[in-house]
Amino acid sequence: MSERIDIAKTYKLYVGGAFPRSESGRSYQVTDSRGKFLANAAQASRKDVRDAVAAARKAFPGWSGATAYNRGQVLYRVAEMLQGRREQFLNELAASEGVPVKRAQSIVDTAIDRWVWYAGWTDKVATVLGAANPVAGPYFCFTVPEPTGVVGVFAPQQSSLLGLVSVLAPVLAGGNTAVLIASQDRPLPAITLSEVLATSDLPGGVANVLTGRTGELAPWLVSHADVNAVDLCGTPESQRAELERSAANTVKRVVPAPAHEPDWMAAPDIRRLRGYLEPKTVWHPMGV
Amino acid sequence: MEPVWEYAPAPESRDIAGAKPSYRMFVDGQFVEGAGEPLKSINPATEEVLTEVSTASPSDVDNAVKAARRAYDKTWRKMPGNERAKYIFRIARMIAERARELAVLESLDNGKPIKESRDADIPTASAHFFYHAGWADKLEYAGLGADPKPIGVAGQIIPWNFPLLMAAWKIAPALACGNTVVLKPAETTPLTALVLAEICQQAELPPGVVNILPGAGDVGAELVNHEQVDKIAFTGSTEVGKLIQRSLAGKGKKLTLELGGKAANVVFDDAPLDQAVEGIVNGIFFNQGHVCCAGSRLLVQESVAEELLDKLRKRISTLRLGDPLDKNTDIGAINSAEQLAKIRELTAAGEAEGASRWTSPCPVPERGFFFAPTIFADVQQSMRIAREEIFGPVLSVLTFRTPDEAVSKANNTPYGLSAGVWTEKGSRILWLAGKMRAGVVWANTFNRFDPTAPFGGYQESGFGREGGRTGLEAYLDE
Amino acid sequence: MATPTTRSASGLPAELAEATRDDTALRRFLHGLPGVDQVGVEQRAAGLATRSIKKASKLWAIDTAIGMVDLTTLEGADTEGRVRSLCAKARRPDPDRPETPPAAAVCVYPDLAECAVKALDGTGIGVASVATVFPSGRSSRAVKLADTELAVRAGASEVDMVIDRGAFLSGRYMQIFEEIQSIKEAAGSAHLKVILETGELATYDNVRRASWLALLAGGDFIKTSTGKVSPAATLPVTHVMLQAVHDWYVATGELRGVKPAGGIRTTKDAIRYLVAVREVAGPEWLSSRLFRFGASSLLGDLVLQRRTQLDGHYSAPDYVAVD
Repeated sequence: MSERIDIAKTYKLYVGGAFPRSESGRSYQVTDSRGKFLANAAQASRKDVRDAVAAARKAFPGWSGATAYNRGQVLYRVAEMLQGRREQFLNELAASEGVPVKRAQSIVDTAIDRWVWYAGWTDKVATVLGAANPVAGPYFCFTVPEPTGVVGVFAPQQSSLLGLVSVLAPVLAGGNTAVLIASQDRPLPAITLSEVLATSDLPGGVANVLTGRTGELAPWLVSHADVNAVDLCGTPESQRAELERSAANTVKRVVPAPAHEPDWMAAPDIRRLRGYLEPKTVWHPMGV
Repeated sequence: MEPVWEYAPAPESRDIAGAKPSYRMFVDGQFVEGAGEPLKSINPATEEVLTEVSTASPSDVDNAVKAARRAYDKTWRKMPGNERAKYIFRIARMIAERARELAVLESLDNGKPIKESRDADIPTASAHFFYHAGWADKLEYAGLGADPKPIGVAGQIIPWNFPLLMAAWKIAPALACGNTVVLKPAETTPLTALVLAEICQQAELPPGVVNILPGAGDVGAELVNHEQVDKIAFTGSTEVGKLIQRSLAGKGKKLTLELGGKAANVVFDDAPLDQAVEGIVNGIFFNQGHVCCAGSRLLVQESVAEELLDKLRKRISTLRLGDPLDKNTDIGAINSAEQLAKIRELTAAGEAEGASRWTSPCPVPERGFFFAPTIFADVQQSMRIAREEIFGPVLSVLTFRTPDEAVSKANNTPYGLSAGVWTEKGSRILWLAGKMRAGVVWANTFNRFDPTAPFGGYQESGFGREGGRTGLEAYLDE
Repeated sequence: MATPTTRSASGLPAELAEATRDDTALRRFLHGLPGVDQVGVEQRAAGLATRSIKKASKLWAIDTAIGMVDLTTLEGADTEGRVRSLCAKARRPDPDRPETPPAAAVCVYPDLAECAVKALDGTGIGVASVATVFPSGRSSRAVKLADTELAVRAGASEVDMVIDRGAFLSGRYMQIFEEIQSIKEAAGSAHLKVILETGELATYDNVRRASWLALLAGGDFIKTSTGKVSPAATLPVTHVMLQAVHDWYVATGELRGVKPAGGIRTTKDAIRYLVAVREVAGPEWLSSRLFRFGASSLLGDLVLQRRTQLDGHYSAPDYVAVD
């Protein structure tokens, strides 16, 4: 009896709910932390960025218009699916980040818990950040946080799963749609996460994941006029100032890159949620 | 023939303004001569020079920032919130006490009608200080953690359309949160900010907590780029806002921007029409249309368009244009020759592009910068007058047939500051309020402002909010 | 300028003639009128009230207001003596200053109309009589008609009727429409003012509907109040009514009048109303043929303020006749 040969996965992009190859036909080799070949990943092009932004924009009305309860359920479903694929993530994480198994377990578990944490925020953020404004006049005036729109997210380069979840989940929890550029050298967990998203009732286009050269894609994503906000976390340091300048052309909200990648294991707060929310104030007279 | 009843002139006395022949900048608690080229502030209603104002040079900016830094490190950040509050309350009260003087000075310097400076600008400025004063010792309840910290020195740059009110919007929350400020008022309207400086002095606010530097864009640029400024708050044009955002790229400074707008005011066929007419008039002719959130695009349902426009033209014909100090003036002077030229250029473009122009037959003074209220009908989305901010008393009228069409036309702009909706149907209001990509939605009203109500824009109208709990986020470190 | 006229319903534009075809059509029409936003109309009224009227324009306003006063006494204790003294004041509001214009009319109960008619004979000052079981309007159509006929027989040139607010609030608009029409007929050549009693209608939407109902039925004037219910006339209510007569003019070409009544006591108040007349309805309404004040004490203050304007110092009540 001969030993069975595994079926190797083809890692593709995740755009508009589908898994296309890069329109450019390019791919690049992904290796583990010791340089051993793991897989070929699609190397997205500027046109893939364009398609992903279009998909995210198309998905925005539906996702932002869904009830907060519904968004919470969908995001919780993502956590369930993450839990189901725990072993796969453990293996990919151990390979790509080169961490011991115990550490990998802890990271994956935290990533799952983080997703649950943000899932629970969808129907609370308006209570916490919104307000009934006691204006000096016969008006009912209230403020509600609304999603900013399409957010370009540069996932952290080091923490390929927990970091990724920590930057993506708050974008989605607030009702935004995302175009995420995965860690350049550690893209595999991002693609596997895409597969989770695709099977979690998350409408196609709400999250779009591109793999490739961050430095090549960043100027296209950040300058895209239909992108409302960007998280520059995983961008190359040498490009950051220029990217911020580019973001200014359409007054994008910019979540700047931290000087050093933070410890993603630390408990989060709601800053990242707030970063992609627009408080909207509505006035109406009160009379008979 | 019936006799025509004309209102006799009812001018507020300009002496009440107590305008001085010259004004100096305010640094570290003292009024000092600036080393910049002095500017002449003119009365836009008469084109006469009102007074001369000294301006800041780069070294003056440096001195002011350093004074603010010292005040921040040595005094203000350490002061208990309840003590900070008392100073801010004092300022609120003193503005109210000098309300009449400030109103007349504002109208002289800016050109806005006295009834607006008297009934809107000055009382709301006082209210902003009063509201924020109360926050100073309650910041732990602002939802930003148990012990939120101020940012440091805030550089603040404000426009000429609501000179004192914008100063209040900027200074009050900054001080309440424990920051110190260097504020640059607009080049054409520095006077009331300098009276506010005097009030700060009389309120015995510690030196350096508030510094006021008159000057033009170069002073603003100097302030934006100063290394010891931790945060920039800017209200003004989208064009300049983008420049500021660009120049701060990669510097790690906090930034909030309140920029331009091209608000849609949407009128449905079931609207309370007479009040909609008032709201449209208030939306575009309040402050000569020099309002970033002005309802400059009227979107009216086709089935009532004709009736509404008839009512609107009749109503606009009753607006009284002229001497800003006359208590019966509804529309005052355009703030500057430059702004008047811009309004004329855009209205000429409207005519050239084929929109139908109607201008109120009201008499227009021969001297001063005035522009009669104007409506363009038959405007298409593609025209410049439907897309560019005119910042003047010019309304562009477009029509729609269905609610979806109204929403898509309303949102078809890179701006997103404000929007209006007029309908008696409650569920439609809430539906539309949700669909509008704008930071403020006025339903069956327009141009309401309150210190408790967050104000600010989506997209190219800027980011960050002013007012309410949300507004504190701009001045507390995260 | 044309005097207020009322064409028959068939003379109205088609959509207005259609509106009174039957109960359903009338209800549909009245409920199809644009709503009135309370906060908006009150804000507009408060805004206009800040107009500053000085010097010559103030004197003009005072004289115009004096000429618009329906000098009113509507008390159970009214007597012929009381009415005669009121008529004397209407003729010469300020005996020391004979150039002071006379009031527009004297307004009394029907049984005292005859007395007023005699006292004002030849002066051109009108006699307005309330009718239709003022102030409640609670009786049969026959009694209301008899009340009206009493006033007209006595020589009243103007009839101030009340609408049945109960009928209005329960939605029986056609009943009110027909009642106004029949009173109009009974009033003959006398001008008909229709009192809406806006304080009992409670909302501005109702005030607008009642205004249109009265205009459709042929009222020459719409009048706010009896003066017996609080609130009586207010600026925003009068705004809504001025807007209605303006809109009526646009729709039909006919000029109809407005009369706020009750609670207007000072010159300052009166001038605020005149500003509203000028800016909401239009300058052509600044005439006693299209605007009246229903008031008793207002005239005294107008006279007082008139003297202050002319004398250059403040006057005092002891220097003008009190009636």
